[in-house]
Amino acid sequence: MKLSAKLAGAVSGLSILLSAAAVSAETLFWSTQARPAEEAQAMRTDVLAGFGPGVDYQPNEEGPWLTRLKAEIEANSGSIGVLGSLHGVFSSLNADDLVDLDDLGVSSSSATFNNLAKLGTDNMQYVPWMQASYIMAANKEALQYLPEGADIDALTYDELIQWSANVHEAVGQPKFGFPAGPKGLKHRFFQGYLYPSYTNGVVRTFASDEAVTAWEKFKELWEHTNPASTNYNFLQEQLLSGDAWIVFDHTSRLAQAFNERPDDFVAFPAPAGPTGRGFMPVLAGVAIPKTAPNMDEAKELVKYLLQPETQIATLRATSFFPVVDVDLPDDLPPAVRAAGDAVAKMSGSSDANPGLLPAGLGSMGGDFNRVFVDTFERIVLAGQPIDRVLADQKKTLQKIMDETGAPCWAPDAPSEGACPVE
Amino acid sequence: MSDATVSEIALPRAPGKAGRYVYISGVVLLCAWVLIPLYLLLVNTLSSPETVNSFPKSFIPEFDLGSLEFFTGFSGMLVALKNSIIVAAITMVLSILIGAPAGYALSRFDFRGKELFRLLILLTRAFPLPLLALPLAVLFIRTGLDDTAFGLALVHTTLAIPFSVLITFSLFSGIPIELEEAAWTLGCNRVTAFQKVVLPLILPGITASAIFAFVISWNEVFAAAVLTIENRTLTAFLLQTLSESPLHLKFAGGFILVVPALIFIFAVRKYLFAMWGIANR
Amino acid sequence: MNARLLPYVLIAPVTAFLCVFFLYPFFLVAQQAFTTGNGFTMDNFREVVGYWKFPISMRNTFLLALAVVPIQLALSLLMATMVNKMKRGRDLVLYVWTIPLGISDLAAGIIWLAIFEQSGFLNSMLHGLGVVDQPTSFLSYQNLTVVFIAIMLAEIWRATAIMLVIIVAGIGLIPKEYYEAAEVFGASPWKRFVKVTLPLLRPSLQTALILRVVLAFEVFAVVAALGGSTFPVLMEQIYENQFLLQNSGTAAALALIVLAISIFFTLIILRALRVPKGATI
Repeated sequence: MKLSAKLAGAVSGLSILLSAAAVSAETLFWSTQARPAEEAQAMRTDVLAGFGPGVDYQPNEEGPWLTRLKAEIEANSGSIGVLGSLHGVFSSLNADDLVDLDDLGVSSSSATFNNLAKLGTDNMQYVPWMQASYIMAANKEALQYLPEGADIDALTYDELIQWSANVHEAVGQPKFGFPAGPKGLKHRFFQGYLYPSYTNGVVRTFASDEAVTAWEKFKELWEHTNPASTNYNFLQEQLLSGDAWIVFDHTSRLAQAFNERPDDFVAFPAPAGPTGRGFMPVLAGVAIPKTAPNMDEAKELVKYLLQPETQIATLRATSFFPVVDVDLPDDLPPAVRAAGDAVAKMSGSSDANPGLLPAGLGSMGGDFNRVFVDTFERIVLAGQPIDRVLADQKKTLQKIMDETGAPCWAPDAPSEGACPVE
Repeated sequence: MSDATVSEIALPRAPGKAGRYVYISGVVLLCAWVLIPLYLLLVNTLSSPETVNSFPKSFIPEFDLGSLEFFTGFSGMLVALKNSIIVAAITMVLSILIGAPAGYALSRFDFRGKELFRLLILLTRAFPLPLLALPLAVLFIRTGLDDTAFGLALVHTTLAIPFSVLITFSLFSGIPIELEEAAWTLGCNRVTAFQKVVLPLILPGITASAIFAFVISWNEVFAAAVLTIENRTLTAFLLQTLSESPLHLKFAGGFILVVPALIFIFAVRKYLFAMWGIANR
Repeated sequence: MNARLLPYVLIAPVTAFLCVFFLYPFFLVAQQAFTTGNGFTMDNFREVVGYWKFPISMRNTFLLALAVVPIQLALSLLMATMVNKMKRGRDLVLYVWTIPLGISDLAAGIIWLAIFEQSGFLNSMLHGLGVVDQPTSFLSYQNLTVVFIAIMLAEIWRATAIMLVIIVAGIGLIPKEYYEAAEVFGASPWKRFVKVTLPLLRPSLQTALILRVVLAFEVFAVVAALGGSTFPVLMEQIYENQFLLQNSGTAAALALIVLAISIFFTLIILRALRVPKGATI
């Protein structure tokens, strides 16, 4: 009978497999960054190929990334050599599970970043690896509708709203694009941009009168926002397709648009509000789990990643900027140049109001983000009254701060003990 | 089958001409319903990045192979493809070998705990795998099953078992026990009766289970991403990062993933019809 | 072999297998649902049920299952009867209809998003036909009905084949004599379908329905692709709790709620489509 022959073949194939468990000496680099196919490929061929002992670069979504890491730690045996992820993810891990990295002798040139990397302990738990930020970008078609007298490099929120309204009126369609999809980074806009620009705080001022104004302004902007924004996760797609003309997103989530059609788009700083031009960095780091199979090689890889040449190669591959001092070459990809300019203008502006990354929230980081996402969905999508929603969400926020005891971070004024929601 | 023409696609009792047209157009319509989205995937796969992003979109592919070529240069694709096939094959064999006897038992015998057993089978499908992945991964790392095709196939078999048990159960239920009994009186023992009479009858069910096992394993991402490192499957390798890749690569990657599954279903499709049923017609 | 022991011998492999690869991790996870660090508690359940999105996700999941499954049942029965009557080309037609089986839900989400998005194929077509001047935004939060219909279509496209394959395998087992007898008594095609096909197909119908319903409560990837953040479903909440909030207790609690719902509906289907033991045809 044919079927049984096939079965027999499959079973014998199975036994061959079981005996062939290859052992590889490559260091496993388990990362949540540089996931898109092209970036991952560039990481392998352009960035990590130069590391002698060999690297197996495997980018993963956060779900499998965390599950695998937790399993290795629980089993106390693992194959992950080096971890790459965002500050927020590292701070949700147990610092004991990560190897202290002070003796490596490498760190970023920013004391703030190095301090964040201690995750509230006395030692370096991860090494800052690369940085980015969120910026605005626009299709050049939209420039003709800029409100009179507005300078695209020094926009205010009111001007942005007016601009989007002009475009809406002229084209007949709302063309502002906002990353409100399930994987979009909308919460960062509220935490690092809207709130600091209107309330000069994030936690303390969460339910203040200024916050009510901020949300009213955002609702105005939303009038001119493409309603499909609730599906947008990476706004480079909508820039390229023309579904959105003026957008806000993470620099590396806009990169493809600039690299593909550099002449069609402009990048510019985030707008300013009554309390300055709020903005926020993105910080990715590399760490070593205590279960790393080959500790020495893992440490070598971390050092390698922090070398200026590697940092520049990483910049080309991922559009994430170096965290050490390097001389940037002139032949950078268009996306990097555009984003670099916009970030420089943003941080160099006279009304700059830089915020820090949330710190001390530990595993409650996700809950913290959810407060802002929920507030957005209830106020803007569900149309609930702003003051009621803020009063409601305030309780959740306060509970998170009390449970973690996290002190305030900039631009909130420093606090003794847990940051209070006023 | 004879050299019949399409017009022979007919209802048993000669229907009116109109009836036949309705019938034929129904078939064509349903085929179109299935094929058009796939065709659009193909169009996007064979288009240049600019075209993929353009509006209005063209409905005719321009045969730009750039996106597909990108993946041919993607390191590790072939190894991952091989791993995927191996895992899917083991899953198929295991789920049928383990599942079919249970399906037979459910259809032929009344035993204590039968209902409980059925619920257990179903529970497996009603609980999300990503939550189970953590304890499983710990178990696998401790026992050395971690990062093996066999280990991953065990997990995929767990997912496929409800299908193989329940499908074989429903098929066995449709075969009269008298048929087996008749074979016994004609000198077969239980085993040869099974082989000569029952097996050919349930071949469609086995095929259906095999198809399910294959596609379940082929398309499973989460466990594959967590439980394989060196021996990554194609799905874990491609699919989980696909949704974040640029549009044209998204489509090309999606297309690459679809093709092997389609080839497999094509290869086994004819076993889906009961031999007996056909012979009787 | 002792006839009383035989069924247990037959189900032993599956049971042992599921104990190791399903029940063991399942109990570890389920335990977390009832603990928060200090002993037994229902806090996790209270927390997830009290979350404002829970009722919405619950409603969405139910609505979707309620809208999709009956259509899929009818459609797959129709397709199975059609394919069964074919004399020529039925291999091919059946193959075409089972194609979506090979497409993972993630890939299906990508394909259907390409159709419905603002600069997608549907708008391109409407634009080409001159129906609209400017592409309309179908998947907007302001028009949830359209979003719902889009998700429905994608789900019907993707998952009808699951039921179709099971039903086709079952329908082939129905002896032709029954139809001939029915014909002799002058039964119309519809009568034959209702009086012969449906009753004899009961085991397969039951299996197809149960599997489909259980899977319907785990719908996620297609919904996330088309509905974005405007159409939360239960499975999405489970992921959010497990991975974004990193709270395995609440995630497990939600998963248990989904499990309970699945069991409830399974029992209903089992009662409604009871298959008599050793069913005789």
